[in-house]
Amino acid sequence: MKPLVIRGGRLIDPSTSHDAVADLVIINGKVDGIGRNLGTPDGAQVIEAKGLVVTPGLIDVHVHLREPGQEDRETIATGAMAAAAGGFTGICAMPNTDPPIDNQASVGFVVKQGETARAARVYPIGAITLGQQGDQLAEFGELVGAGAVAVSDDGLPVTSGHMMRTALEYAQTFGIPVADHCEEPTLARGGVMHEGLVSARLGLKGIPAAAEEIMVARDIILAGLTRGHVHLCHMSTRGSVELIRRAKDTGWAVTAEACPHHFTLTHEACAGYDTNAKMNPPLREAADVEAIRGGLKDGTIDCIATDHAPHHYDAKEREFDDAPFGIVGLETALGLGIAELVQGGVLTLPELILRMSTMPAKLFHLPGGSLAKGQVADMVMFDPAARWRVEPARFLSKSRNTPFGGRELVGRVVRTLVGGRTVFKATPTA
Amino acid sequence: MTAPLGKDLLGLEHLSAEQILRILDTAEPFKEVSERAIKKTPALRGKTIVNLFFEASTRTRISFEFAEKRLSADTVNIASQGSAVQKGENLVDTARNLEAMRIDMVVMRHQSSGAAKFLADRIQSNVINAGDGKHEHPTQGLLDLLTLRDKFGKLDGLKVCICGDILHSRVFRSNLWGLQKLGAQVGVCGPRSLLPVGIDELGVTVFRRIEDAIQWADALNILRLQLERMNAGFIPSLREYYRVFGVTEERLAQAPKDLVILHPGPMNRGVEIDSRVADGPHSVILPQVTNGVAVRMAVLYLLAGGRPDLAEAAKGGDA
Repeated sequence: MKPLVIRGGRLIDPSTSHDAVADLVIINGKVDGIGRNLGTPDGAQVIEAKGLVVTPGLIDVHVHLREPGQEDRETIATGAMAAAAGGFTGICAMPNTDPPIDNQASVGFVVKQGETARAARVYPIGAITLGQQGDQLAEFGELVGAGAVAVSDDGLPVTSGHMMRTALEYAQTFGIPVADHCEEPTLARGGVMHEGLVSARLGLKGIPAAAEEIMVARDIILAGLTRGHVHLCHMSTRGSVELIRRAKDTGWAVTAEACPHHFTLTHEACAGYDTNAKMNPPLREAADVEAIRGGLKDGTIDCIATDHAPHHYDAKEREFDDAPFGIVGLETALGLGIAELVQGGVLTLPELILRMSTMPAKLFHLPGGSLAKGQVADMVMFDPAARWRVEPARFLSKSRNTPFGGRELVGRVVRTLVGGRTVFKATPTA
Repeated sequence: MTAPLGKDLLGLEHLSAEQILRILDTAEPFKEVSERAIKKTPALRGKTIVNLFFEASTRTRISFEFAEKRLSADTVNIASQGSAVQKGENLVDTARNLEAMRIDMVVMRHQSSGAAKFLADRIQSNVINAGDGKHEHPTQGLLDLLTLRDKFGKLDGLKVCICGDILHSRVFRSNLWGLQKLGAQVGVCGPRSLLPVGIDELGVTVFRRIEDAIQWADALNILRLQLERMNAGFIPSLREYYRVFGVTEERLAQAPKDLVILHPGPMNRGVEIDSRVADGPHSVILPQVTNGVAVRMAVLYLLAGGRPDLAEAAKGGDA
């Protein structure tokens, strides 16, 4: 592989607090140097980045790639390409496939498909329990041996307190986080949107904020008991943010993620029975959106994850009650982050990159998230000022289920590199 | 001629007071049609109407069918049992197939909130919501308004308390908007477990005790309490519900005035309402049913005149 020089971009690296115009030299897929006037190694390819921002590649610790079993919605290859188009160089695949990823052979399959895709790196997350049934612990040692970076029963909560406790204890041998989908099932059962004024008007069954917060509280208490690392998925309520803030004061290993839709939209988006506004956890209230933004600012919420959940187009073409939960998110996350959080005055651009790259890499012990010398050359180049309109028909994902179609976002990915190799390059547009 | 209601009647939330009053006023002359020996007018001759009922219904379905027939429309009834729906056909395909047969209107009852809007967004025919899940039942709301107006002469300033399972009630949601738009005050009374979160922000007075509601109201609209609510853990038993929330003669005797009693039916006598109240002198439960036909005739008539393609043709003609 030829040496590579990325010249003249605004280089933001939260891991080293670097934020200045600089050149970046890549040799053998690794960062070799950062600075001004480094010179060009013999035979190097030069990429001009003037006017662009260059950062460590984005990392998403929560995506659903649907393979094996639901390849009509997404495959590992199309998901990894959609990720690259969105500026992601690493994505963690949730195990709620068909069959679920609960054994070393399945983990190996995901790893192999990810490598074949040659796009964003794909890291499998293994199931906590066999078949995600909640009854018997999966073989964490073998999952990790085959390449799993975390365990989760996401899509479903771990309802048994004992099982969650055991998972948090047992995972410590392997140094992996236990990621939980926090939902008290008897409170959430049958619910299709947030319980509040909008659900009262629409006559739709609500999911109360308490359904999430009760499980957040339980998981925090179990993190204290076990001293294991619990990672709380897709936090959506102000109560959850407050619980996590207090937990972090104790020093327990509690980390959390939030999704772009939860820092952007409220339950009002469901008002026309738009099934693309149906997700779990549901879109909440304005005060919850504010709390999520505050949590991202002060670090209570460690990272942004998309919960990318592709569905076949006609699955959402249903009555609201019958439509599946979830939206795709990989190709809109950065644009929403810049439009809503940076232009919205919540985060600086380096803080956004911290939450979308450096922190998720650190929490899940993944390569990347840094452009320090010797690190893998996983990075994204984007135009931070470019305005663009979301056109779901142009997504590289197989699915189009997004409530953001037609919305104007800010920040367009120009090029994504994994290990110094370009895996996505935007086609020039007017 | 412009469409007085738009293409569809999906609910009362998005209608104006003027539109609601226009329906009620249009219903007045139609009351007389049902009193004739030959109960027929030619207003909808040549129109094809499909009654698409995904949920069991006796009163509403028959009321619509009488309304359609008395307006001389051609009607077809489809129930989910025995139709392609039972074979797993989804609502989009059902709608597209109906449309392909060149129909004019669909009256739909469906178990999912929002289903009527879903259908209306996808077909050109007029859609009338005959009850969508827990969302709205606009013709029930309209017939309740008409019945109250008949009784009191006006709705402005009237105090109407809706009693019972507010949480699951589409009748409540249509009554709420209709009453509020026409200037009435709305109260609700029921166990807190059967009131939706957010009820306090809907501009209603919440009564925890039926005795307090009876002191306040001019009329009670008493909702059916379904047995399933007990099994789903919302209330302990029908017996206790009757003891705590049942509308009885003894309780009504404490009221400062005679209360008008409405019930959308079907009634559970001895659960939410005592038989002597249901059959008593202040009950307007049967007039509600009579008014239901007139209100539905009015809605059908107004929507038929409001089809955008006909409105366009009528502009150069005899409009």
